[in-house]
Formats: sequence, structure tokens, C-alpha cells
Amino acid sequence: MNFNRNPWALHALLLTAAIVFPFVSNSAFVINFGVLALFYAFIGQSWNIAGGFAGQLSFGHVAFFGVGAYASTIVQMRFGFNPWWGLPASALAGAVAGCLIGVISFRAGLKGSYFALITLAFAEVFRIVANSVDITGGGLGMLIPMKQTAANFQFGDRRYFYFIILTLTVLSIAVALWLKASRFGARLAAIRENEDSARALGINVFVEKIKIMTISGAIAGAGGCFFSQYFLYIDPTIVFGVDKSVEMLLVSMIGGAGTVYGPLIGAVLLAVVSELTRSMFSFQGLSLVLYGTLLVIIIAFLPNGLVELFNRKKRKEAGRLVSSAKKSGEA
Amino acid sequence: MDLTIIGAAVINGILMGGIYTLVASGLTLIYGVLHIINFAHGSLLMVAMFGVFYLVTKLGMDPYLSLIVTMPTMFALGYVMYRYLIGKLSYGKDENILLITLGLSIVIENLALMFFSGDSRTISMSYSDKMFEVGPLLVGLPKVISFVAAMIMCGILGLFMSSTDTGRAIRAVAKERMGARLVGIDVDKVFAISFGLGMATLGAAASLLMPIFYVSPTTGHVFVMVAFTVVVLGGMGSFLGAVVGGLIVGLTESFGGLYLGESLGQIGISLIFILILLFRPSGLFGDKR
Repeated sequence: MNFNRNPWALHALLLTAAIVFPFVSNSAFVINFGVLALFYAFIGQSWNIAGGFAGQLSFGHVAFFGVGAYASTIVQMRFGFNPWWGLPASALAGAVAGCLIGVISFRAGLKGSYFALITLAFAEVFRIVANSVDITGGGLGMLIPMKQTAANFQFGDRRYFYFIILTLTVLSIAVALWLKASRFGARLAAIRENEDSARALGINVFVEKIKIMTISGAIAGAGGCFFSQYFLYIDPTIVFGVDKSVEMLLVSMIGGAGTVYGPLIGAVLLAVVSELTRSMFSFQGLSLVLYGTLLVIIIAFLPNGLVELFNRKKRKEAGRLVSSAKKSGEA
Repeated sequence: MDLTIIGAAVINGILMGGIYTLVASGLTLIYGVLHIINFAHGSLLMVAMFGVFYLVTKLGMDPYLSLIVTMPTMFALGYVMYRYLIGKLSYGKDENILLITLGLSIVIENLALMFFSGDSRTISMSYSDKMFEVGPLLVGLPKVISFVAAMIMCGILGLFMSSTDTGRAIRAVAKERMGARLVGIDVDKVFAISFGLGMATLGAAASLLMPIFYVSPTTGHVFVMVAFTVVVLGGMGSFLGAVVGGLIVGLTESFGGLYLGESLGQIGISLIFILILLFRPSGLFGDKR
């Protein structure tokens, strides 16, 4: 079947596979594996929407994730709301954080590597604040009490979590598909390729970039809510740590930045590699060694990520991109 | 507040600032002059510190003497790394360099974790605990040594950049790459040399740091953000800027800890970094470009 001519066949096939997956085995290990792979696909897509589609390379995307995690937990623990309210609250908090950091950074004209560095600094500021004020529980973090009822966003059977994160991931992929097809997405691609030309074409670069940061922030925020409800514990180092920013970037870059299925491919690979290395070797760092190496190789030889391997036509285009980039690099 | 406490905070801030200057001066060259964001700066410092640790514990070398090993080794490592890895694979694109050095830092850190485990290691020399008195305050000798060495190194680097042919070539490439190529400068080689020099400085920093600090696979994290802050604050490519920037950052940290407490006190460095990027991206002493 030619998926290029009929992309809906691919979407339907993947969705069916994802729905069937948790029923192939009853083992908690398999379901947990699925949940984590989808979770990374989801937060990776959040990075991809800003970093891949709009070219706004962020090194501190964890800021939005962490804000979401704290927003949902604070709404539940400090204000006594039902935890399901945490989901919209976290998306809203992530969106506000994305919008604010976007306005501040883009107002000052920061782009490229400067944007990457300032997002890193913002994430660090958030971490320190969360570590120092009372409402977040400081360095001790917050423990959500265990009470396994559906009304309480907790489930005895992890399959419920699987289907929640699957729904969220499908929604995030829908956003990516929309960006691929819409004029808004085309404007973002123009900004990514050349901001000055985009401005010359009459695109309001500032506003478009703010919009995409807001959307991306909302997705990462919702990811934070899912994380806190799944693990029932958050602290500043876990939800504002550099590691998670890097993981979001990695799954997206390795799978294919600016592609619809890149983050999913990268996330599944990350989950497989880390489970395999954990079961075969006792070194804790080995999976990340492989993953870092893969990042370097991807940037050097497969600038559009692993997705390219599935698509011969695109691979040729990418080859041209690399050779033209080589020429401009030498100029 | 008691004057002694403030005095101690000032001295501590200045001495820490010297260490930050030391780590940042290599980055000033790489980031400030060539605009390469070397995200692996911290992890390479960590590698050099492990090198010093083993030179001291296995070969019984004095940490300050280990300079003669670390500097050339790190220069060679930096030269080769740029020439055959970073420069080749990035196709000259800013973002690619950022991502490749990020990939490298992930690899280096996790390899270190595999080989050395997550433990912190320190060395202790006969002079480690030597103190001398400044009025009512006690100051550790190794800290003073690394402070003085940092200042000397920045001086040498500044002189090197302004008065040697290689230094001039580096500045020419930084200002106008095409023009530099037209007058016959081998641009790729100059990039690799600058990267190597930055790494050599980092090697020196490792030797001077080891007597007063610990090394673990994540030691680099402590310094990455601080080093970028110092470079951006001082101004791109300015070694005087690196010294002043280092002192400001050291003092901010020390007074932040004093007035805002252990946890919130760390916020100063990140805030300085954000504010400088937003309002004066050329830094205190940088050229306006």
C-alpha cells in the first residue's frame, strides 16, 4: 500500500495497532512500556510543534511541562478540586507560560541558539522558584495520596492510563497534521526557513511565533498533568530538570523534527532501547550513550530524522538539502 | 548585618568568581569569538578533571604541575574534535553545532557514569587546608592560587588575541569569515585552533579546580549555565569581560545565598543571564555588532 498517496490508511493502521497493543498481554511491564512510549511521544510532539514545525529550538521545554505538573497538583492538593480539573488547568498554565516566555524572548528579538539558551535559563528559574516557595512543597515535592477510583484520576488497571495518554497523543498528532495542511503551518514553515523572507512576505512573525509557543506550552503542560497523576509524585528536580527537556528534544530530533510521526518513532525507539539495555547490561547510562550517538549521526546524515528511512522520495529531497546546506556552510 | 559575615561573603564571592572566570575563559574564545555554542563545555571540563584526578592519585603528580599534561592534551582533543567531528558534521549551521555538542555531552556524561559511577571524588594535598588570615577572616590558599591563575590566564589570552598572528587570524575570522578567507587565512584550521585553545584553557581550569572542588560525572552541570552567563554578561569575546563577569556572578551567588537563603539564592545567576540576553545582548564589554 502506498501511504504517500493515502495517508489516512497509515493513520488508521497505526491507531488500530495502538488500540490492540495493551490487549496482547496482561503483563504490567508491557502496558507500562506502552504508556511511557506514548508519554514521550506526546511531550516530544509538544517540542516538535515549536522546534520542528516552527524552528524555535527550545532547550528548556521542561518549563511548560513542570508548570503543568505543578498547576494540576496544586489545583488538586491545595484547592481541593477534583483531579480531572488538573488536565485543563495544566494545559492552561502551560499555555500561559509558553505565551509569556515567547512574548518576552521574541520581543527582544532572540532566535536560534539565543532562544535555546534563554529557555534553558527560564526552566532553571522555575525550578529554583518551585524549590523555594511553600505552595509547591519546596524541595520535598508533593505526594498525591493513593485512591484508586476513576473519579479520582487513578486506576487499578493501567490500561486506563494507556488509553488516556493514547487519546492525548492522537490529539497532538492531529495538531501536527493540521500544521502540515493549514496556512498557519505554512507560515510557520516560512518562518523556520527564513525569518526575514517570511517578514517580507507580510507574515507577522512575532504573532505567529507566540501562537505556536502557546499551543506547544499547552501540550507540554497537559503532559505534566499526566505525569503527576501516573507517578503520583513530583518534585522540582524531576519536573523542571534539564533531562526531560533533552528527552523531548531527542525523541523529536531522532524520529524526525518537523514531521508528524517523528516524535512517536523516536519515543518508541527510546523506550525499546532503554528497556533492552536495562535488561542486558547493568550500566544505567548506556541507553543515553546510544541515544546521544544517534543524535549526532542523525544530524550529520539524516537531517529529517528516522522518518526519512520510511520514505524514499523525501530522502532524496533531504539529500539535496544537505548538499545545499554544505555549500552555504562553506560560503 | 555583621560586617564579618558580609566581608566573608565578599571574599567568597570574589574567589568563586575567579573560578567561574577560569571555566568561562575557554568558552569566551569558543562562544564569544567564534559564536559556537559548545554545550559540551561542562562535560569536557569534567573529563579533564577526571584526568587530573587520576594523574594525582595514580601517578602522584601535583595537581598544579598537571597543567603541563592537561593543557596540551585538551588542545589536541579540541583540535581533533572540531576538525573531524563538530565542524564536519554541522555543515556550518549554528543550530546543528548546538545539537551536536549536546549529543556529545550526553554521550560523554553517560560514558563517565558507566566507567566512574556516580560518586564524587576529591583529592587532598598537604596544602589543601592551608589558610591565611585577612583581618578576622580565613582564606583558603588553593582558592587564592586558582583565583590568581585565572587572572593571569585571562591576561595571557587577551595578549595572545591582540598581538600574535594566530590571535589576529582568529579575530579576523570571527569578524568577517569571507574576508578572512580572501586574504589567505585557512578558516577551518583557525576554527579548529580556537576550539583547541578553548579546550586547553579548560584543561588548565581542571588542574586548578581539582584541589578545591569535587569531580563526578555531573560536575559539568554546575558550570555550564554559569559559564554561559559569565560570557554573555562580560561581553562576547572580551577577556576583561570574562573577569568582571565572573566576579559579578560570584558575588551575586554569594550575596544571593546570604540574603535569599540557600535555595532561592541560586536564582540570581539565571536572572542575570535572562536580563542580559533581553536588554544588553552585547554584554558589558562586548562590541556592538
